[in-house]
Amino acid sequence: MVAGLVGDDADGLSRRAFRILDAVLVIRADLVDEMVAHARRDHPLEACGQLTGPEGSDRAERYIPMTNTDAVSSDYAFDSREQLRVHRESEERGEEPVVVFHSHTRAPRRPLTDTGLPEAYPSEKDIQYMGLQPGVHFVIVALTGPDSGTDLRSFLLDEAGGVVEDEVAVVENYMFAHTGSDDVPDPGARS
Amino acid sequence: MSATVSIPTILRTHTGGEKQVKADGSTLQEVITDLEANHPGIKDRLVTDGALHRFVNVYVNDEDVRFAGGLDAQVPEGGTVTILPAVAGGR
Repeated sequence: MVAGLVGDDADGLSRRAFRILDAVLVIRADLVDEMVAHARRDHPLEACGQLTGPEGSDRAERYIPMTNTDAVSSDYAFDSREQLRVHRESEERGEEPVVVFHSHTRAPRRPLTDTGLPEAYPSEKDIQYMGLQPGVHFVIVALTGPDSGTDLRSFLLDEAGGVVEDEVAVVENYMFAHTGSDDVPDPGARS
Repeated sequence: MSATVSIPTILRTHTGGEKQVKADGSTLQEVITDLEANHPGIKDRLVTDGALHRFVNVYVNDEDVRFAGGLDAQVPEGGTVTILPAVAGGR
């Protein structure tokens, strides 16, 4: 593990290239709570949304719930007009998508997991669409009901199109979420 | 007739990293043909068998062209064509 290199350069591109080798998603707890709450609210349909953050930062700042126009228990699709509005607003703010989120609500007839939850793993269709957004984390929340337990996992694709699972680090805030080898805040970060 | 085309990250390999490029044409079809002339390879990423690829959303100004004539959608002078990756999934 050479995770200490993450965040040591200001170049978003090399940071992204590096992250593929050692995939990590550092994410604020309140944003995780928003995704899980959305998944619970929309169950049994799949919920979807995106998290945006400053361009090149790989740091999610805002959760934007999206309308699922393919609203069945096994599929999701962003509303394309809503996606355009969000895209324009993000660009004006200097932000880009950092995470695309959706839920898995349909438990297979033959359980694949010890917990009985649907598998929080990208389907073939998920992977086809993930390939369009290199560097974006795809978070899946699996649940069986509005009050059930949940499983949250995050993935991205490497350059060869292979699925890489992120190590997910849930933090209270990003100020001390520096993933370097020491325990001091990034000197470049100002509150 | 000149339009501004907004290029998503995944297609910027075709535009030398540019986020926005100019292209001529009065329909989306013509704009894509002109894009291909200046940025070879981009057309195949957008069009399959004479129709827009399902993995991309293409907008003329504020309208998703799937609801506005597809490749025959009119592109007004000074209009904006925005290309975004479609976001979907499921089993």
